[in-house]
Amino acid sequence: MVMPDIADRRRTTVVIALCAGVAVLSLVSLGVGPVKLSPLAVLDALFGGGSEVQRIIVQEIRLPRAILGLAIGGILGLSGAALQGLLRNPLASPSLFGAPQSAAFGAVLVIATGLADVRSYALPGAAVVAAFASVFVLLMVAGRNAGLLLLILAGLAISSLAGAATSLAMNLSSNPFAALEIAFWLLGSLEDRSFQHVMLAMPFIVVGAAILLSQRHAFRALSLGEETAQSLGVNVGRLRLLVILGVALGVGGAVAVAGAIGFIGLVAPHLMRPLIGYDPSRLLVPSALTGAALLLAADIAVRIIPSTSDIKVGVLTSIIGVPFFLYLIVRERRALGGGVA
Amino acid sequence: MSEAAILAASSLSVNLGNRGVLSDISLTLSSKHLVALVGPNGAGKTTLLRALAGLLPSEGTIEVCGDPLTSLALQERARRFAYLPQGHQVHWPLPVKDIVALGRYPHGAVDPARLTAKDAAAVMRAMQATDVVALSDRRVTELSGGERSRVALARVLAVEAPVLLADEPTASLDPRYQIEVMTNLRTAADNGTLVIVVTHDLGLAARFADTVLVLSDGCLASQGPPADALSEKIVADVFRVRTYRADYERETIIVPWAEA
Repeated sequence: MVMPDIADRRRTTVVIALCAGVAVLSLVSLGVGPVKLSPLAVLDALFGGGSEVQRIIVQEIRLPRAILGLAIGGILGLSGAALQGLLRNPLASPSLFGAPQSAAFGAVLVIATGLADVRSYALPGAAVVAAFASVFVLLMVAGRNAGLLLLILAGLAISSLAGAATSLAMNLSSNPFAALEIAFWLLGSLEDRSFQHVMLAMPFIVVGAAILLSQRHAFRALSLGEETAQSLGVNVGRLRLLVILGVALGVGGAVAVAGAIGFIGLVAPHLMRPLIGYDPSRLLVPSALTGAALLLAADIAVRIIPSTSDIKVGVLTSIIGVPFFLYLIVRERRALGGGVA
Repeated sequence: MSEAAILAASSLSVNLGNRGVLSDISLTLSSKHLVALVGPNGAGKTTLLRALAGLLPSEGTIEVCGDPLTSLALQERARRFAYLPQGHQVHWPLPVKDIVALGRYPHGAVDPARLTAKDAAAVMRAMQATDVVALSDRRVTELSGGERSRVALARVLAVEAPVLLADEPTASLDPRYQIEVMTNLRTAADNGTLVIVVTHDLGLAARFADTVLVLSDGCLASQGPPADALSEKIVADVFRVRTYRADYERETIIVPWAEA
C-alpha cells in the first residue's frame, strides 16, 4: 500500500514542467547562432533532414554545445543541492567553496607544465583531483558542525589560494599566448566545443551524478543532525566522502571542458524550495534540471546579447549569481550573525 | 530483575581526547523498564547514552538483545536503538509526518512519501501515542517547544526499537509537557521497551523510573530502585544537596531542598 500524498503529486508536476522547459531550451539552443534556425528546422536537421549545411550546424557545431550546457548545468545544480543537504546549509555551493577554482588550477597546471595534451583525460583527471582536495580540505578546516560563517570564510580562503596558484602558473608560463588562452578559458564558456569535449567530460559528470543521486535519501536523515542520522543507520563519514567525491567528479569534469562556471549550484536549489519544499532529498533532481535550464538559458543569452566581442557564459552566470548571493546573505543575516560555530 | 537482560555493558570506558569521561561502567538492564540516568553536569550522562548506542568509540563490551554491539552492522544497530538527542534539532522546515517517518529509516523506509503499510502503521501509532496527528502537515519549525518535543518523541517511538535512549527529553518544557513526555516513555516501557532517560529532575526520576542510575565523575555511584539509588547519603555525596522526601499514593517523592 502506498500512502497518498498531495505534495508528492505537486512535486511530480514540477519535475515534468522542468523537463519540458529543459527540452524547449535545448531546441532553442540548437537554433540560435549566426545562422538562425526554427525549432522545426532544428528537429529536422537533428534527425537527418534539411540541407547538409543545416545538418552540420546542428549536429556537429551546436549539439555538443547544447549537450554540455545541459550536463554541466545539471551537475552544477545537483552538486549545489547535495552540498547544501550534506552541510544543512542553504549557502553551500561548489563555487563558494572554491571547487571550480581549484579544478581550474588542476587543469591549468597540466596545461602550463605541458604534462598532457588539452584533449586528453589527464585534464579532467587533474581537475577532479584538485576539486576533491579543495572540498576535502575545506570540510577539514571548517570542522564537522561548521556554521555558515566558518564555511564561507574557509571557502573564500581556498578559492583565493586556488586563484593565486592559477595566476602563478600563468605567470610562470613561458608562452604568453598560452597564458592568454588560459585566462579566457577560465572565464567559462561553451563556445566551439566538439564531441571530443563531450566525451572528455561526460564520464566524470555521469559517475559524479550517479554517486550523488545514490545517496539522496541520507540527506533527509541528516536534517536531524549528524549524530541522529548516524543513530538512524546513516554512515555519516562515508556519506561525506561520497558527496565530496561526487561533487569533485562532476565539477572537475565540467571545468575541464568549460572552464569555471559559477553560482548555478547556489541558485538552483533556492529557486526550487518554494515549489518543492525544503526536503534536501527531494531537491536534488529538480535542482539538477533547474541548473541545466539556467546554463542553457545563459548560453543562449550570450549568443543573443549584442556585443562587439563574445560574452563568456561564466561571466554572465557570475554577474547574475553574485547579486543573488548578496540577496541570500541579507535573507540569512540573522543566522550568519549568530552562526559562528 | 527477573526478565532476561536486553542491554548489558561490562567494564565500559570512554576516553575523549586524553580525558577519561567514563570509566569501568557495568550494568545489566531488562526490557519493560524505565531507567532514569541522573548525575551532575559533566558526569558523563550523554556520553554513556552515546556509548551504549555505539555512537562513540568505547572500551569494554556492550551486548544488546544477546549480540555484541560490535558485531552488528550500522543499520541493525539503528533498529535496536532509538536515540533521541538533546535539543530536537531540525535543520530544514520539514513537515511533521516526514520527521516522524524518519523513525522508519532503519527499517529501509527511506522515502516518507512511499511507506509500506507496516511502516505507515508504525508512524501512525507513534503519532497517536504522542498526540501529533493533527500536526502532521505542519512544518516542524512553526511549532512550539512543547509540540516539537512531542514530534521528536514520535520519531523515536516510530523506530519501535527494543531500546529507547532519550537525552533530557524534558529539558525546557513546562510541567505539563514534562509529565506528558515521561508518561509517554512510561507507556513505551510498559509495552515492552527498555527506556533509558537522562534527566536532571530527581523528582521525575523518582516518580516514573523503575531503576535509577546515578553517575558521578564518569563512574556509577549507585543503581537500583529510586528510593535506594537516590538515598539521602548518595544525593548528598553526588549532588551536594539535601532532599525533602515523602510518600504519596505509594510513590516516593524526592525534592532537592537545600545545599548539603
